[in-house]
Amino acid sequence: MDRLRRSMMFIPGNNPGMLQNAGLYGADTIILDCEDAVAITEKDSARNLVFQAISEMNYGTEVAVRINHISTPFGWDDLKRILPAKPDLIRLPMCQGPEEIRQIDEVISEAEHKNNFAAGSIKMMAAVETPKGLRLAYEIASASPRMVALAIGAEDFTANLKTTRSKLGRELFAARGQLVLAAREAGVQCIDTVFADVNDEAGLKNELELIKEMGFDGKSVVNPRQVTVVHQFFAPTAKEIDYAQRVLAAYQEALEKKSGVISLNGKMIDLPIVARAERVLAYAKATAAKGGR
Amino acid sequence: MRNAIGREIPDIIPGLGKVIGFGGAFTRKPIGRTAGPMLSSCFPRTDKLLASIETAIDAVGLKDGMTISFHHHFRNGDKILNRVVEAIAKKGIRDITLSPSSLNTVNDALIPFIEQGVITAIETSGARGKMGRFLTEGHLKKPLHIRSHGGRAQAIESGAIHIDVAFLGAPACDRYGNINGIQGQSACGSLGYAIQDAAYADQVVAITDNLVPHPLFPISIPQTQVDYIVVVDSIGDPAGIASGALRYTKDPKELLIAKYAADVMNYSGYLQQDFSMQLGSGGASMAVGRFIKEMMIEKGITGSFGVGGMTGVFAEMMEEGLFKMMFDVQSFDIPAIESIKKNSNHLEMSASYYANPHNSGSIVNNLDAVILSATEVDVDFNVNVITDSNGVIMGASGGHCDTAAGAKLTIVVAPLLRGRLPMVKDSVQTVVTPGETVDAIVTERGIAINPKRLDLMDNLKHSGLPIMSIHELKDIAYGLCGKPEPIQVSDDIVGIVEYRDGTIIDVIRRPIL
Repeated sequence: MDRLRRSMMFIPGNNPGMLQNAGLYGADTIILDCEDAVAITEKDSARNLVFQAISEMNYGTEVAVRINHISTPFGWDDLKRILPAKPDLIRLPMCQGPEEIRQIDEVISEAEHKNNFAAGSIKMMAAVETPKGLRLAYEIASASPRMVALAIGAEDFTANLKTTRSKLGRELFAARGQLVLAAREAGVQCIDTVFADVNDEAGLKNELELIKEMGFDGKSVVNPRQVTVVHQFFAPTAKEIDYAQRVLAAYQEALEKKSGVISLNGKMIDLPIVARAERVLAYAKATAAKGGR
Repeated sequence: MRNAIGREIPDIIPGLGKVIGFGGAFTRKPIGRTAGPMLSSCFPRTDKLLASIETAIDAVGLKDGMTISFHHHFRNGDKILNRVVEAIAKKGIRDITLSPSSLNTVNDALIPFIEQGVITAIETSGARGKMGRFLTEGHLKKPLHIRSHGGRAQAIESGAIHIDVAFLGAPACDRYGNINGIQGQSACGSLGYAIQDAAYADQVVAITDNLVPHPLFPISIPQTQVDYIVVVDSIGDPAGIASGALRYTKDPKELLIAKYAADVMNYSGYLQQDFSMQLGSGGASMAVGRFIKEMMIEKGITGSFGVGGMTGVFAEMMEEGLFKMMFDVQSFDIPAIESIKKNSNHLEMSASYYANPHNSGSIVNNLDAVILSATEVDVDFNVNVITDSNGVIMGASGGHCDTAAGAKLTIVVAPLLRGRLPMVKDSVQTVVTPGETVDAIVTERGIAINPKRLDLMDNLKHSGLPIMSIHELKDIAYGLCGKPEPIQVSDDIVGIVEYRDGTIIDVIRRPIL
């Protein structure tokens, strides 16, 4: 099973106080941000700080870096400075096509070679924020074996759609659906966008219910308070775990009896259901290993 | 001499005379009797009302060298202390010992009077801001004498502090001197710190902006203890006396620390039906209260009593039926003042009832748990709340060492780092609370349990909490910040830290800044 990425928490890369505490809140991944959180005049300090933070701190969790897009004056410099610190994952914002992924992949490979890191150890993910990016989501996700996840950046995306964000989120419905399809076809995870209103816990919960149903693997967050809520939603419930265990027990029984038919409570269970049950249990084990948070 | 926690204390301290070093939190038994005020008399139909503060100073016969006292219930809205000292100075009186229950930044105005020699000694729970820095520089003739709230009550009742005149701000005062703290424009709630002063001072002057017909009801300080009354326009600024409702913190790091502290309390086994606890007034302490409340509701339990330094948040828990009653020595915000006014199970208590170790049992002895803060802690679990990382006086002893001694479970919450400085160190700059009374240090990066508490370590083993040794915690701090260099100090003693039982637990030497 893929590593858990239920919560991916953004930390401004030019804020030492926040960088210091980034690992405290139980997020599955922390994203040290050199892009939108950082003013243009601070881009250089941010990449230096991020390099120092990754080198010095033992965060105990996956450490990702959101670089500036490679079409800006900053993206390549971000990579050059930060890769030697060995981040776990590079996140490319505003991805418009697979070629960008291939270019960055090459640079990462060079850095891995130069610094004696295991080849392929630094992963990638990409955020699509435009209709074109979304259309090419499958190609982007399959452009490199480093790619582990696709994400959607709602603010820019809805602006590109020439509409605004709403409580119900219907403007994002098509995009979210397409993202999940692309991610699943490419075999990567899909991560939903940030819920910006930190004080609106009810709103966050509504959105989580929606994206969990749609099949998302996780969500980006901007505040430690959101991490606990997100994890609650992505944890299998006791009921789901119980059902999964009984499905697998029925499957075992059928195997032993060499029966071609697996049944539980008089209902037929076919193999996709067994596969899902195995996934639920593996997921439950993984979330429990992370302290059930 | 080296006292029982290894601090070097001079055998004789200028201004103090003979010194008894700290010998352990529960070792010193008092001998003798309680001290008492001078006998007085008051013939029928005497008018206690005087025209002004100046008249009162004459009437009590204030002379050079005397000790005067005040309460600090008006916090930064206090208008009494500075005013009285100013009047004393104008009369040319000098060499006064100032003995308030504590000082606030509003009392920075006293600095010129110290420079002029009007005040030559101060006994207080603490000092902050400019005053703290000024006193650290050693401008007072005698070293600053720091006592906890329980320690001050102990010293007053034993006669170690002899108060010649107590000037007491009275939110409501009747014509014969009955006083309470809950009525009037300058209402402050509980008068817990004033009660001792009124009972033991040779003379008591009540200063009020709310004179009411006799008799007043309810009565916190009785007319039998009050000699004179002065009416002024305003004894305090309501905005400085009590804020609007104090709210718990929203800072994620403080919330994390608070959650850990609540979890420690839960796993410790002390969070059960009819438990008792004390919360501080800081944002993190109050956040612990919120988590405890959620746990209480989930477990379906109610508490017996709460103790404080009362805030509205805590009083609200009582009003919601989660606690049977509250013991209040000081009311911090408007909702707490409202509560003590209208709820018969929200009781005012004196500092002696609260925390005096030399009586037949103060309420801290009945506490199950207390949540305290710290400026620094060390590997022996000693706690500093009075000086900062530069050795400058900026805090107050308060009820810290009292509650730590009394409670079954003492939890100290603190961030592991403040800025780029470690808060867990090899040795704290100044010890206020000895490690033998501290059970758990809770930071955002880890929790250390006092090795003496094998029972606690056992209970917390399977909690999933980040329990580690205090040395590991210190190593994390030093690993991030580097090892701090010790502060250079001179031999001049600028402060004496007295433990609640009258022994000297540490001294503050003037740092070479």
